[in-house]
Amino acid sequence: MTTSEKTASSQTMNNVEAVRATLYEALKNDDRVVILGEDVGARGNVFLITKDFIDEFGPTRVIDTPIAEASIVGIAVGMAMEGLRPIAEIQFADFIYPSFNQIVGEAAKTRYRSNGEYTCPLVIRTPYGGGVRGALSHSVSIEALFYHVPGLKIVAPAFPADVKGLLNAAIDDPDPVLFLEHKKTYRLIKGDVPNGHYTIPIGKANVLKEGSQLSVVSYGLYVHWALEAAQSLEAEGVSVEVIDLRSIRPMDRSAILQSVEKTRKLLVIHEDNKFGGIGAEISAMVAEEALFSLDAPIRRLCAPDVPAMGYAETLEHEFMSSPAKMAATMRDLARF
Amino acid sequence: MLLQRQLDNRGFQLNRQGKVPFALGSEGHEALQAGAALAFERGKDILAPYYRDLGLCLGVGMTPYEIMLSIFARAADHNGGRQFPNHYSSKKLGILSFSSILAAHIPHAVGAAYAIVYRAEKGRAVLCTCGDGTTSEGEWHESVNFASVHRLPIVFLVENNLWAISTPIEKQMAQPEIWKRAAGYGIPGKRFDGFDPVETYACVKEALERARSGGGPTLLEGVCYRFLAHSTDDNDMTYRTKDEVTENRKSDPVPRFEAQLVEAGVLSEEEASAMKRAVLQETNDATDRAEAMPFPSATDLYENIYEGAWQPWQ
Repeated sequence: MTTSEKTASSQTMNNVEAVRATLYEALKNDDRVVILGEDVGARGNVFLITKDFIDEFGPTRVIDTPIAEASIVGIAVGMAMEGLRPIAEIQFADFIYPSFNQIVGEAAKTRYRSNGEYTCPLVIRTPYGGGVRGALSHSVSIEALFYHVPGLKIVAPAFPADVKGLLNAAIDDPDPVLFLEHKKTYRLIKGDVPNGHYTIPIGKANVLKEGSQLSVVSYGLYVHWALEAAQSLEAEGVSVEVIDLRSIRPMDRSAILQSVEKTRKLLVIHEDNKFGGIGAEISAMVAEEALFSLDAPIRRLCAPDVPAMGYAETLEHEFMSSPAKMAATMRDLARF
Repeated sequence: MLLQRQLDNRGFQLNRQGKVPFALGSEGHEALQAGAALAFERGKDILAPYYRDLGLCLGVGMTPYEIMLSIFARAADHNGGRQFPNHYSSKKLGILSFSSILAAHIPHAVGAAYAIVYRAEKGRAVLCTCGDGTTSEGEWHESVNFASVHRLPIVFLVENNLWAISTPIEKQMAQPEIWKRAAGYGIPGKRFDGFDPVETYACVKEALERARSGGGPTLLEGVCYRFLAHSTDDNDMTYRTKDEVTENRKSDPVPRFEAQLVEAGVLSEEEASAMKRAVLQETNDATDRAEAMPFPSATDLYENIYEGAWQPWQ
């Protein structure tokens, strides 16, 4: 793609702008789409993602709900069962717990329990993740609480172009999708986003950087830090392959296995706790499918097994990883 | 009403014969559900029922054969033998699918009512039912609140049978007249005798017509009684007395309504007997037909998880 083509066919935007642009197009192009959540109307969402939507599309399509997360999702389930395409917002992922049953017990099982008669084409968007001084209740990662659940899809894009492609795919999807947006990447991460409608298939990982000595699998904010760390190791002659998972369920198992079979070493990096996290499933899967391809024990670089990151900078810092910590672990594993 | 009772009994009989692992009754709810079903407009309204609504689902068009398929967990059951019996679902009849989790279906009903308004579909409403115990759930409140804010076309019908498995109403709520909560939501509320099908019909019809014509939600409370234990796995004599049940049986709505009809000259005793014989025959036929049907195949376990083929992790 030449520079001029790029200008004509794409725009530079950050992740929050990519979410906003995609939601806008969805409202514009599909009458069945409604957005509901706390403060999505007059306020335009706490990150201004839906700013002014209510003026253009009206309060019937951009619904300021009461503060009641279980029914935000539950009402969206009913709308979806009756043919609408609701996009429910949980203001912060930390607030999703009251709606746990509606997601796990209802949305994810609607198709299954009715043997395909009723379906639940629903998107639940929510900002997650730390590094923003969000304290205990504005910084959690929730993916491991939900990825155990068949019937649900979970997406966690890291780049603006993926945000748009995967959010479009989620809205088009005939099944419920939990769409996770890392809030620290909202304004931090910019990139080219193609114009027009396009989708990126849910369940497909992306090899961001090819390498030969070690495979790193990550998603969300940490993909950016892992990439930075991997690039810094090039100078030392350490060749790291970086895979952006993009979708957590379904998970692109073949992309992980292919990479591990090539590099023979695996490091999984995520912001969520280590115990029972996504890395545990990836490690178990690689151990089952490719143990004899491995030249070193699988490593996981994840949050410690504590309830949450604290508000104090020291506590947040201790909980979070960093490009330097990631580089050190990569170096260590490459040398094994 | 007769058919509901006969099918209820059949479920319990089949369980006691060891033919089915579980059955759930609705005895005592017949009048309430017959009255409500008559007020429901087939082909237009949406029903969001709960598991005690056998009569309501029969009343809006479900057949005894479908009920028996569900009791026997056969492949042709509306849920493909996946859910417990009495977990009705029929897109054709406007019956929303629901789970066993109490109050989880109330927001779905509200979402469906929202869809009706959103598409500007005139003359349609949602009838959403639940038991008294369900009104303790947070989602019940959240849903009635949202529906009231948006004045949605929905009727919340609480079938108050005074028992939530073993928990009596006085342990469920300090103020036992559920309809009075309507004032807190700024919507009309009404309590009626759920043993009286005619009064039920009038109340539900009035509320549904208000909903269909843009008048917003109504909270209705029909008072009835649960004559049977919660299910075949429950023993109600561990928490209530035989005397209490016997006392309530004196007002059993099924023989009471029959006597009223005979006295009014609408029904002769011969006709009543013939109806009972016909209902027994219908139940027997449905039982035999359903029992002869195959179970789902084991590989059905892997179907309808997502759209299209899905390869589960093994």
